[in-house]
Amino acid sequence: MGESMSGFSELEHTADCELEVWAPTMAALLEAAARGMYGLMGVELAGGARRSRLIELETADREALLVDFLAELLYLGEAEGRAYDVFDLEVSGHRLTGAIGGTLIASQTKEIKAVTYHRLLVRETDRGLETRVVFDV
Amino acid sequence: MFDLNQLRRIGRCEWEIPASVRDDMRVPVRLFASRKLIEEIRNDASLEQAMNAATLPGAVGEVLVMPDVHQGYGFPIGGVAATALPGGVISPGAIGYDINCGVRLLASRVALDDAEPALGDLASALDAACPSGLGQSGRLQLDHRELERVCRDGGHWAKGRGWATESDVARTEEDGRLDGADFAAVGPRARNRGRPQLGTLGAGNHFIEVEVVERVYDRSAARTMGLEEGCLTVLIHCGSRGFGHQICTDYVKSFQGVVKRYGIRLPDRELVCAPLDSPEGQDYQAAMRCAANFAFANRQVLAHYARDAFAEALRGRARDLTLHQVYDIAHNMGKTEEHEVDGRRIKVCVHRKGATRAFGPGFEGLPPEYRTMGQPVLVPGSMGTASWVLVGTEGSMERALGSCCHGAGRTMSRRQAKRSIHGGTLCRELEDRGIRVRAGSLPGLAEEAPAAYKDVDEVVEVVVAAGIARKVARLRPVAVVKG
Repeated sequence: MGESMSGFSELEHTADCELEVWAPTMAALLEAAARGMYGLMGVELAGGARRSRLIELETADREALLVDFLAELLYLGEAEGRAYDVFDLEVSGHRLTGAIGGTLIASQTKEIKAVTYHRLLVRETDRGLETRVVFDV
Repeated sequence: MFDLNQLRRIGRCEWEIPASVRDDMRVPVRLFASRKLIEEIRNDASLEQAMNAATLPGAVGEVLVMPDVHQGYGFPIGGVAATALPGGVISPGAIGYDINCGVRLLASRVALDDAEPALGDLASALDAACPSGLGQSGRLQLDHRELERVCRDGGHWAKGRGWATESDVARTEEDGRLDGADFAAVGPRARNRGRPQLGTLGAGNHFIEVEVVERVYDRSAARTMGLEEGCLTVLIHCGSRGFGHQICTDYVKSFQGVVKRYGIRLPDRELVCAPLDSPEGQDYQAAMRCAANFAFANRQVLAHYARDAFAEALRGRARDLTLHQVYDIAHNMGKTEEHEVDGRRIKVCVHRKGATRAFGPGFEGLPPEYRTMGQPVLVPGSMGTASWVLVGTEGSMERALGSCCHGAGRTMSRRQAKRSIHGGTLCRELEDRGIRVRAGSLPGLAEEAPAAYKDVDEVVEVVVAAGIARKVARLRPVAVVKG
């Protein structure tokens, strides 16, 4: 992933959770945001059989792409009990294609109800791309 | 930091931010707060978010901010905003992801003194009976047809199964069922999430609490509600679970394009909306009502489980182990109501997020025994502190769109709470104070520590001083069950 170029950190928020995320590219930003979100949730993956799935999303802007991608992962977490730790993503414009790989969730410490658009902006900075995303918990 | 010079004092605990403060505000903001509570929110975005809410198209009257307010992610938690036709909108984000998150209070004639030796067993029994925690499925696995019935009938669905009494549904806001729910407006993901989740508490700040009526302030109202000093009550706090979360997610997503189609500009994308009378607005309202009815049914099923656990754990401790319903209210909801606004009685869409309905005396929609008294208002405090039972007043109707606060409101971030409070230590401290704790997660418990919340007694003093509610009883927790 190029960990030194991508990353995330939790910010203070009164009642919910907020992540700052940075990465050199949009695809890497999506991956970093996913890892950050799973980190907030305290997700631990089980061993055993892994599954890969294709992913394809298209939105009107990159902020919506970030929300839709994370919302997809939240849905899969509850509907299938799975989380993902391998990301092979490609972003062209506002279209995401690729594959994600993961396995069953062994344990989790926090529920995230939703990804929000609150003050969401993907900005170009010296670190590449940066954003802050707020989650409803 | 909010500039306090923008606040104009208009009453004992009432302040106004005039609409002239910002060009895009359509209505002023009215804040119910003490000076101390204002200081607590100065450094967060609560009041800025209230001003953002005042930009919603068709906003009428005032945006109201309750004393338990804290910043949300678009609309403030503890906020109320009304919109009206023509031009008025409905905003899913101004209602919340947990549609019809709310509270139900049940009361008994079981004296704490008689039940004390069995309270640990009661806490364990409630924990075992009421599925809670992350990703927890319930004992009910509904097919789509049954889920549709739940969405249509709400609490009445449970009554049809023998899990609710006539009094239960009568003593629930909207009789436990919003008309106008349409399952066709609910997407497949929400349906998939809702099917296994009916009868579950969830996690986070959802809980079941056993409390004792510590002090009665209004003997007549307490008698009408069946609240007796020294007797136990059970409070259930939860909502529409993943079903509601997904509905809101789906509509906030689709409304990102809807606002462009209707030429609506907003200061925050979480406030996206659709005209009330548009197909999109009608679809969201229909889906929201499904989630609201799901939540009413959810709390009814949990009440049914809680009643069984209560009777089993306290068997032999008292002659009458009945848990009767006091009331059930929502604190995340959008409702069509009639209110007097600017001298005219009009129909409005009232968005309440972290705020409850608090109708005053005379409201026909209350059960007959509550009509002269006013609607019960349930205000849970943080875990380990008090909860309150209030009633709505004419003042609430006149100055607060028939609304009131919903709880204590957070002051400390979850991150700070986990850093500064040890869940295990907190658990022991609560137990030392006589509060039995059953928690699925100690870090989760730390996040919900009393120190992370405002003083609920102060919040209640503000709404009473402002004349939008009256005190009936103060409840003290003796057992807490958390996911």
